[in-house]
Amino acid sequence: MTDTVSSPMLEIRHVTKSFGQLSAVKDVNLAINKGEIFALLGGSGCGKTTLLRMMAGFETPTEGAVLIDGQDVSNVPPYKRPVNMMFQSYALFPHLTVEQNVSFGLKQDKLPKAEIETQVHKMLGLVHMTEFAKRKPNQLSGGQRQRVALARSLAKKPKVLLLDEPMGALDKKLRSQMQLEVVDIIESVGVTCVMVTHDQEEAMTMADRVSIMHDGEIMQIGSPSEIYEFPNSRHTAEFIGSVNIFDATVQHVSPELSQFSCPDLACTLSVEGGVNAVEGAQVGVAVRPEKILMSREQPQQSNNWIKGKVQDIAYLGGHSVYHVELDSGKVVMATTTNMNRHEQRLTWKDEVYLYWPASSAVVLYQ
Amino acid sequence: MKKFGVRSVIAVPYLWLLVFFLVPFLIVFKISFSEMQYAIPPYTDLVTWADEVLTINLNLGTYAYLINDDLYIRAYMSSVRIAFFATVCALLIGYPIAYAIARADTATRNALLMLVMLPSWTSFLIRIYAWVGILKNNGLINNGLMGIGIIDEPIAMLNTEFAVYLGIVYAYLPFMVLPIYTNLVKLDNSLLEASADLGCAPWKTFLTVTLPLSKAGIVAGCMLVFIPSVGEFVIPEMLGGAETLMIGKVLWQEFFNNRDWPVASAVAIVMLLLLLVPITFFHRYKARELES
Amino acid sequence: MQTGKLSNWSKWFLSLGFFFLYAPIIILVIFSFNKSELVTVWAGFSFKWYGELFRDPQMLGAAWISLKIAVLAASAAVVLGTMASMVMVRMGAFKGKTAFTSMITAPLVMPEVITGLSLLLLFVAMGQTLGWPGQRGMLTIWIAHVTFCTAFVAVVISSRLQELDESIEEAAQDLGAPPWKVFFLVTLPIIAPALVSGWLLAFTLSLDDLVIASFVSGPGATTLPMQVFSSARLGISPQINALATIIIGLASLAVLIAWWFARREGMRSVTISEN
Repeated sequence: MTDTVSSPMLEIRHVTKSFGQLSAVKDVNLAINKGEIFALLGGSGCGKTTLLRMMAGFETPTEGAVLIDGQDVSNVPPYKRPVNMMFQSYALFPHLTVEQNVSFGLKQDKLPKAEIETQVHKMLGLVHMTEFAKRKPNQLSGGQRQRVALARSLAKKPKVLLLDEPMGALDKKLRSQMQLEVVDIIESVGVTCVMVTHDQEEAMTMADRVSIMHDGEIMQIGSPSEIYEFPNSRHTAEFIGSVNIFDATVQHVSPELSQFSCPDLACTLSVEGGVNAVEGAQVGVAVRPEKILMSREQPQQSNNWIKGKVQDIAYLGGHSVYHVELDSGKVVMATTTNMNRHEQRLTWKDEVYLYWPASSAVVLYQ
Repeated sequence: MKKFGVRSVIAVPYLWLLVFFLVPFLIVFKISFSEMQYAIPPYTDLVTWADEVLTINLNLGTYAYLINDDLYIRAYMSSVRIAFFATVCALLIGYPIAYAIARADTATRNALLMLVMLPSWTSFLIRIYAWVGILKNNGLINNGLMGIGIIDEPIAMLNTEFAVYLGIVYAYLPFMVLPIYTNLVKLDNSLLEASADLGCAPWKTFLTVTLPLSKAGIVAGCMLVFIPSVGEFVIPEMLGGAETLMIGKVLWQEFFNNRDWPVASAVAIVMLLLLLVPITFFHRYKARELES
Repeated sequence: MQTGKLSNWSKWFLSLGFFFLYAPIIILVIFSFNKSELVTVWAGFSFKWYGELFRDPQMLGAAWISLKIAVLAASAAVVLGTMASMVMVRMGAFKGKTAFTSMITAPLVMPEVITGLSLLLLFVAMGQTLGWPGQRGMLTIWIAHVTFCTAFVAVVISSRLQELDESIEEAAQDLGAPPWKVFFLVTLPIIAPALVSGWLLAFTLSLDDLVIASFVSGPGATTLPMQVFSSARLGISPQINALATIIIGLASLAVLIAWWFARREGMRSVTISEN
């Protein structure tokens, strides 16, 4: 067998997009592989939608290039790109039936009638909408509209499928069900997919790789678990899930276990692995709330523990989030699972010890 | 190719308006500076080329005439006065109607709105004509009142300024109601509830919340009534009689009866200058609405 | 705004308002069936004036001219108005866009005597310098009507275009339709109801215009309002009442049909959004 180095299906090379003085996207580089589901995740105004619209061709990059399957399409208009998009509002044609919506793109390619019919039938089957073929969009529910929009954007067998806030128009309950269903459909077709979302749960559920965008730049790219477990910046750590960050000074660096001092803690902080910083440097040490343990007694370990007072408890059913105030005034969050119904739980004003293993913390440089 | 398509979509309406809307005004402006003569066309040329000498005859006499003969000044003043008070009346009648319609439930609302607009889909001329039969000395009102014995002699209503007010309010009322309604219907009811919740009495809520928020509609409605009313011809002609002086009528007479094109043009130019402020006001509002 | 029961106060005001708006029209209609020549004294029911109206060649001729002009002017105004709306709503900024928007909206409020006079002077000047139009008549009335109707049509259509989700048009492009095809396959069918109401509005405006037509018309082209005006000047005539009744009847019918269609559309979307 020979190794074939497959080139990426979609490539963004040094792309910048400016609207007057404002840069919505700043020198972004991305390579998205064939068959991958890739999510652009970020808050509103971070440039993710502008980036997606440049992939679709609705915006042209001010600088840089967009390549699809190795070809530069930066100046190709949207109607000539082998890319299809599912819009946030679904943008179904209100005057056409479900069937006509799905066949719209195929008709633009002037395919033979029989071929169009087969493909439409196949697509409607794929999204389980065959029985609604003759309906108009305003006679469908939200979930059904989404299926039609998906079928319509897949009908032309695009090289890349773009999803703009795919679950944005659905209510919460339907959302989690559709997330998995949409992924199943995309994977069964095998199309390369780029989605834009502000919902981290959605990105983590659906995507193989996630990139965090902030202020027009890409902060981090990785698998959902990489991004959650090993954030590389304060922004990423805070954006994905909740986190406690301690401002700390590097004390001792070693490849196995590094030591830090932190004014909030009486003891030293230790983090597994080496650090990319010299001794004396200022860094952040991040610990996720679910990785922090709580007890009324002082823990055995000599590092990574703090004493505090329970200030607030958020009971969320499956688990509770405790807000513990340290002597320094800093508030640390810790999560516990509510496994037993009748256990003596910690309550307000209780004094508690918080502790965690060195393997649970992550060092943040910026 | 694409550029060509885009350009022609812009160019066709642009050129049409340029030729048939903007250029005509320039011509009116030009002719207002020429002198009347008995010829075809009945005005002198501004620029003549004779004996290899280019002469420009800029005649300011027409404008001097407009100022000296107090007929024109009185006509302008009374036009503005009539249009202004008629607009105020239309607002006082139209606002409560618009408000009441906006507060109705959706189905009733559409029916009511249709009923307000329906008259303006029938002929303007005929609706004004209808009032002639009602207002004249042996018309419906006078006959009725005399029949019951309230009055012995007919009250003169036709051919008075009162009839002109009535006619303007009657004809232009839908144009007042519609923009105010459009504005009021968008008003979020929770704002009114919030105001009530914060202890504001209904009438005070109306004055401090509803009225300021419907300002745009009021402005649009007033402009839609005021501007055309100033130049109105049909209403003073049919209901106002010889007594009522309005500039639209004067322009018509200058043009059709006296065949004095330069004076008619000058009258038009001055009217346009008079209306420039309200028209720009209206445009600012309309352009914002159209382009946003 | 609040959707609820009308207060007594509102009902009172609406009733008075509608009385004011409709009483003159209803009186006009009633007296069109009056036997007497005196328009204000009831002398028995008769269709006499309708008969006379339909035997009046001048009235019929004028009506025919007006209808022809109105149909042609409304059609042209819809085309121009649609183009103008696309420019205003869908196209980005370009040099002279503000001037463009002002020119579109200016005829909305321009006093008719000014528009009429200025167009006439244009036609005279053009006739002298270009030799066209040689004679004023239907063509010049048509041009004048297209010009001021375009403004009204543009307002109706652009407000519909603003409501239209732009991503629907983007979706069509995304699926491979070039811009001109997007317009004809997607935009136009969706805004079609606005085109119809724009056309109807332009049609009525053209049919109704007296002042502008009087200015730009020439010998041989007398429109219906011009005819009505000259006979109304001579005094009240029951024949005009008969004509008015016909116009009011047709207009009400058209509006009722439009309303019924709109209502049906509305009901359908309501029932769907509820489930």
